[in-house]
Amino acid sequence: MYSVDTVIGHPGSSPKERQEIQLKWPQEGLTAVPDWIYTNPDIYSREVERIFHGRTWNFVALAAEIRSPGDFKRSYVGPTPIVVARNTDGSIHVFENRCAHRGAEFCRDLRGNVKEFVCPYHQWSYDLCGNLRGVPFKRGLKKEGGMPKDFHNEDHGLRRLNVAILHGVVFASFVADMEPIEDYLGAEILRDFETVFKGRELKIFGYYRNELPANWKLYHENLKDPYHATLLHSFLVNFGLLVAGNKSAMIADKSGRHGTMASAKGDDVGTNVDASSRKEMRAFRDDMKLNDSRLLDYVREFDSPWSVTMQTIWPNLIVQRELNTLGIRHIVPNGPNSMIMIWTMFGYEGDSNEMTRHRLRQGNLMGPSGFLGLEDNEAMKFVQEGVRRSPTDKGVLKLGGDSEGTSASLISESAIRAMYRHYREVMGL
Amino acid sequence: MIPGYDLTPPDPKAVRELRLEIEEFHAAYCWTLDRGAIEKWPDFFTDDALYRITGRENAEVALPVGLVYAEGKAMIRDRAFAIARTQMFAPRYMQHFVSNVRVVAAQESAIKAQSNYLLLQTLMEGPTTIHQSGRYYDSFARQGGRLLLSERQCVYDTLIIPNDLIYPV
Repeated sequence: MYSVDTVIGHPGSSPKERQEIQLKWPQEGLTAVPDWIYTNPDIYSREVERIFHGRTWNFVALAAEIRSPGDFKRSYVGPTPIVVARNTDGSIHVFENRCAHRGAEFCRDLRGNVKEFVCPYHQWSYDLCGNLRGVPFKRGLKKEGGMPKDFHNEDHGLRRLNVAILHGVVFASFVADMEPIEDYLGAEILRDFETVFKGRELKIFGYYRNELPANWKLYHENLKDPYHATLLHSFLVNFGLLVAGNKSAMIADKSGRHGTMASAKGDDVGTNVDASSRKEMRAFRDDMKLNDSRLLDYVREFDSPWSVTMQTIWPNLIVQRELNTLGIRHIVPNGPNSMIMIWTMFGYEGDSNEMTRHRLRQGNLMGPSGFLGLEDNEAMKFVQEGVRRSPTDKGVLKLGGDSEGTSASLISESAIRAMYRHYREVMGL
Repeated sequence: MIPGYDLTPPDPKAVRELRLEIEEFHAAYCWTLDRGAIEKWPDFFTDDALYRITGRENAEVALPVGLVYAEGKAMIRDRAFAIARTQMFAPRYMQHFVSNVRVVAAQESAIKAQSNYLLLQTLMEGPTTIHQSGRYYDSFARQGGRLLLSERQCVYDTLIIPNDLIYPV
């Protein structure tokens, strides 16, 4: 069910949600997380203003989705609907999906190809860069009505966003003087980002969308939390894909906001789980065997020590490279208690038919029905319900002590603490 | 929308018996899933069956991705085993409603039909909600006198999935 369908304990029904809170971080510092960052509407508003509409590069599209002039895609910066369009000269433009006249969200199709955008309400028309081109009856009719003489089309274009494109990934920002996207990502993150995107044309396989009834930050936390991966996910545990003891790392950038969860699959999948780890992991089952082991085949196609990298790129992008299944997840925050996830799955141009099918088969691991994906969605929903409905008011982040940033151990919450260091600075908390 | 199903359908009167047989197949299939006997679900497929669930936005432009994408009964079995025994999710009830069965090909070598489905979900403390509205594109093979799915493509209109889709459609 969608979060709006909640019957018992629906959002707004918990006394905790109505409490006047001081917005004062717990005195433990980063080893504790206050519940109100997940539930408070004022915090959410501040996040939209300072993070999604602030000094960040937000993912909006893959260039491969809009290959030809006139191609467009409906997308989002934070919760704000925008349009990404390719102009006749090949350049990519991003503008608000809001007619400059009366505010109608004029672009209704998820994607398509047009010569111009026309608002259906009064048929104001815009070019592929967002400039206002036509206003019907601009000079009135029979010398009556119409726009005043000082109305100039160039003053009434769509609100345009700053755009950066890196290896076919399109980012946008409401801030005009953003640093270059490479600097924003930082060297640590750029390395694994380039492994997926640099020098290869993507081939789009398609989309999944879901509402995840949880605060958007929980998705970042989940992928900066390798501890859960070794415990919650029976597929990872049983087939040795990510097990305490595998070669792995949780990498953070210098700012703490981005991350890469990386691991290298052992060669003998399923046999490299030692007895002492096995004992700690309840998800381990001796009887779990695949009838079709192709699901977990790994074709070594990248120049990387890692077979898996899951990148969290602040504030709204996940880059998934899980063996040979590739995709991005676009996080659209939807109020404090909800986010929309848009998944774009892809392979590469030039993949053989068998490689495409291999990626599609392996896709069963991820997404809202994936063997890993569905467990994450369930777990995050449980967290949101817990923090919203219980009188207890904070969570514990003590794994790995109070270290912040990159961690060689999977049994650490160091990268989450680094993210909240950054978050608190930006949010003034 | 799914290649192979845009056929000129035979006269419905001439294939009434086959339609009835397919409706009975749907009833048995849904009863198996809705009563929670998920490990019996693979029995409705041929060994080389394709089972795929995908959003209508993908199907309409021939994008190949599957929310679930299983090539062959072995992969279908693996999913059934995982959902039945190892995956973590909150308990729930599901009910399938299948209607508007249209036979689009009726040769014994190629039996194809499409049907609308409605999938309802009830969480333990939630209301009963429409979890998915969609359409089956089915190809059947007759083995030992019994219909089996050699292909089932479930194309859903409900593009924004409410959190996740746990059980098969």
